[in-house]
Amino acid sequence: MNTPNNLCYAKTHEWARKEGNKVYVGITDHAQHEITDIVHVELPEVGKKFDKEQPCAVVESVKSAFDIYCPVSGTIVEVNEELLSAPELINQDPYGKGYFFVLEISNEEDFKSLMNAEQYTKSIEG
Amino acid sequence: MNYIPVSDKDKKEMFESIGVKDTQELLSLQIPETLRVKKLNLDKGMSEQELISLFKKYAHKNKSNLACFRGAGIYDHFVPSIVDEIIGRSEFWTAYTPYQAEASQGTLQAIFEYQSVMCELTGMECSNASMYDGATAVAEAILLAIRASRKNKVIISNALNPEYISVVETYTKNLNIEIVKIDVDSKTGALNKDALNNVLDEKVAAVVVQSPNFFGTVEDMQELSKASKDKKALFVAVVNPVSLGLLKTPGEYGADIAVGEGQVFGNQMYLGGSTFGFMVVTKALEWKMPGRIVGQTVDKDGKRGFVLTLQSREQHIRREKATSNICTNAALNSFAACVYAAYLGSQGIKELAETNISKTRYAFEKIKNIKGFVPLFENSVFFNEFVFKTDKNIDKINEELMKENILGPLDLGKTDAKYKNCIMFAVTEKRTKQEIDKLAEILTRV
Amino acid sequence: MINNNKTLNEIQSNRSTVIVDSDVELNANIDDKYKRTTVPDIPNLSESTLLRHYTNLSRKNYALSTTMYPLGSCTMKHNPLVNEKIAKFDGFSTIHPYQDEESMQGSLEIMYELQKDLCEISGMDYFTLQPAAGAHGEYTGLLIIAQYFKNKNEKRTKIIVPDSAHGTNPASAALSGFEIISLKSDENGIVSPEKLKEVLNSDVAAMMMTNPNTLGVFEKNIEEISKLIHDNGSLLYYDGANLNAVMGIIRPADIGFDVMHINLHKTFSTPHGGGGPGSGPVGVKAFLKECLPSPVVVKENEKFKLYFNNKDKSIGTMKAFYGNFPVILKACAYIKSLGGEGLTEASKQAVINANYILSKLKHKVKIPAGNSCMHEFAMSLKGVLGNDIKTLDVAKRLLDNGYYAPTIYFPLIVEEAMMIEPTETESKQTLDEFTDTLLNIIEESNTNPEVVHNAPVNTSVKRLNEVEAARKPKLHW
Repeated sequence: MNTPNNLCYAKTHEWARKEGNKVYVGITDHAQHEITDIVHVELPEVGKKFDKEQPCAVVESVKSAFDIYCPVSGTIVEVNEELLSAPELINQDPYGKGYFFVLEISNEEDFKSLMNAEQYTKSIEG
Repeated sequence: MNYIPVSDKDKKEMFESIGVKDTQELLSLQIPETLRVKKLNLDKGMSEQELISLFKKYAHKNKSNLACFRGAGIYDHFVPSIVDEIIGRSEFWTAYTPYQAEASQGTLQAIFEYQSVMCELTGMECSNASMYDGATAVAEAILLAIRASRKNKVIISNALNPEYISVVETYTKNLNIEIVKIDVDSKTGALNKDALNNVLDEKVAAVVVQSPNFFGTVEDMQELSKASKDKKALFVAVVNPVSLGLLKTPGEYGADIAVGEGQVFGNQMYLGGSTFGFMVVTKALEWKMPGRIVGQTVDKDGKRGFVLTLQSREQHIRREKATSNICTNAALNSFAACVYAAYLGSQGIKELAETNISKTRYAFEKIKNIKGFVPLFENSVFFNEFVFKTDKNIDKINEELMKENILGPLDLGKTDAKYKNCIMFAVTEKRTKQEIDKLAEILTRV
Repeated sequence: MINNNKTLNEIQSNRSTVIVDSDVELNANIDDKYKRTTVPDIPNLSESTLLRHYTNLSRKNYALSTTMYPLGSCTMKHNPLVNEKIAKFDGFSTIHPYQDEESMQGSLEIMYELQKDLCEISGMDYFTLQPAAGAHGEYTGLLIIAQYFKNKNEKRTKIIVPDSAHGTNPASAALSGFEIISLKSDENGIVSPEKLKEVLNSDVAAMMMTNPNTLGVFEKNIEEISKLIHDNGSLLYYDGANLNAVMGIIRPADIGFDVMHINLHKTFSTPHGGGGPGSGPVGVKAFLKECLPSPVVVKENEKFKLYFNNKDKSIGTMKAFYGNFPVILKACAYIKSLGGEGLTEASKQAVINANYILSKLKHKVKIPAGNSCMHEFAMSLKGVLGNDIKTLDVAKRLLDNGYYAPTIYFPLIVEEAMMIEPTETESKQTLDEFTDTLLNIIEESNTNPEVVHNAPVNTSVKRLNEVEAARKPKLHW
């Protein structure tokens, strides 16, 4: 399973990548593998605020649906609209073209409670 | 009578295999004796022959096969023989919801064809497999609009069928949804744009308009749809499939959602209980739609086949977060509509609408010329129905008509004091010239 | 099998005659602003062409009239033919819902009779026949519960739903404006009074239960559960999906339930029609009468009347008019033909049939809820199948053998679940053959896994690509 070192991880299997005060968010390779073929996503509205750990998106396979939780608090500034017509990007490239949205972070402290790659790898093995 | 194909000998062997001596012992493994009921206090069972006699007796207590000039949501259209033949095939009516796709291609393709027919008829892009009826389809359309827009105020026309308004109120009352009603113009019987604009603002999730409306009047849907879109509200059209052979389609005037009652296509009246609702939406709303949806795909050899799809919207997967709780729908009734539409074809659908409006106009002109009857609305364009004001005794009119096996107009004053002395007639292609003339004759002499 | 794979639109138009005749002069001109300009793509076909098209389609269906349909929780029992016949009488089919009551006494009497008989079968005091399906009945029942507390000026916002419940339960509760508390089943798959105590508080309006539950097990602690719920001021809702197990054996109202729905298209033999129409009457105890939707049928001076509840106290109306009448009629006819004894016999035989299959399978598969059941049982195929064969593969292989597949992957609390409900209308020979087939397939998973993996091959299509169907939806021609 691919778990890049430069990202932070939530126990609910989202990753977060900080670029200035912006944060890219998606789901992990492990999560996409468990969900299997993703057929649909529901993305949040641009401009909407979310608290850390609040459900903010939905990802669906043929026979199941999962909530995606916001790894850090913030305001949505961009969503990856390409996923609406090509949800398979999440399976193919979960850390790149398969990102869900970009947040403007409201509390830097939130990052402290996220895991690093090593911790996350351990958590999914355990 | 019973339908149990198990002999006493079989039963004995089954008990042996289970390891109990009788039913009593078997049930005692599961249910505490104290909870058991002694017996059901129902009549003794009947033979098939007795049952048929009993139900013939019930049938005779009804006044049936009337020449029906009553509508208000359920209409007496002719149902061709092929409809009964096809939906009467036990391979269709004894099948279950097509969850095992490979063993249900008949039902699945039939639903796909139904969805396609509804899309063609309404000019919309996506149809579900059906709802319970027109009323619940309107209510579900409102819930869909609320979900999609993330706003909670809805404007509905007061000329929606009152049964629909009542169901909308039931469906929305515990959900923090604000319903605003607007009246039709008392002169024309249609909504006017200014009345809508008075209450329309950007907080409105959807505007719901029926056309032909409850009174039979055709609305200017193009104008109302545009007014709604100008304020970023979704436009929900409630339409009658029969009228769409002639009238502008929801797709043509840019509706986001179209719903309605499907009984008029291929289903008998049955006390208003053989119905289905349809729902068609734009592509943008397909993942938000309630109910089952069938899609085309291929099997592992690349051969075309059909499956239930977009299922992660539904209750069996999403549970409390589903787009609706609907599971069983009205598949067989919607299938009847599909066969009916297929039988008519595009040409027959047009002829059907033209015949309906022609006969309605013929009846209207006849009644207009009778002393004591005045049209309630001026210059109104109507489809299957129209309203007259009369100073005659309405109960007496209907009594006299019933003597001639005619089901007369609906007395609107009985349910809404605002329409005292107003009667509404419905005329379909099934009413003959002779029946219409007879109606006029009786109205003249009462 | 004749494999006519054309969709309707791919058949070329072959008719140009007038199909809707008019005996008045056509007068259909309307202003352009109202007028349709597009032509729907629906071919004009002869009756003979359509008859072939649909008859060929029908042959691609498995149906109760062709095979056993052991779908757990769906009660696919025989649909008696006489009921279909009498439902077609034009004394019923041509009645308009707004005829005067006097002119539809026969139809109203049938509704009245069914209301009365359902009261006797369930022990409830009043029934509405308006709901159009089981889920619609649940929704009605939950709105009744909400209305009851509203009428009492009491604020209760939550509904307890066991994790073994049908998906419609939480969905209906959410639609009714409630929050859902999901209650974990105990290790035997039933509701534990201890766990229930942990979640009960003054916010709880009601708990929904299916009894027997979706594992096919009778909730034996029901008396204690009922006491806990009612001492808390809450109500108990009965999901009647599994009523076929208990007719004449227990009555939901007698064992503590206050509100329930019944699926006429399950327990009372009306056909499923490929997914509907159904009917989901809702019964209540007397104290909830005023909350029922309108209208119900009452009898006054030997006449049948539609009765409308006070608008402020009732939930309103659930659909237009009075309910799915042909379904109501068929259920009424079914009850009249079986009588009290026949219904009891039906439930008992349903239980015997399920236990018989269970007795023949229990050595091979895991039965999470023990070695007896009511009218259905859930089993787990985890660890039973060789070569990475899954429950889904077994289901598909059953299709190859001419059986419709049982419910799979439900209830969610059983891994690799398969849920079998034979109903009382299958013969011992059919049950034997079905069980042998199932055991054979389990065997095949070890000896010939490829045929199980590749199944089905005897159906009109092989396994279908559901992922692409959902990713790139094609929903019409």
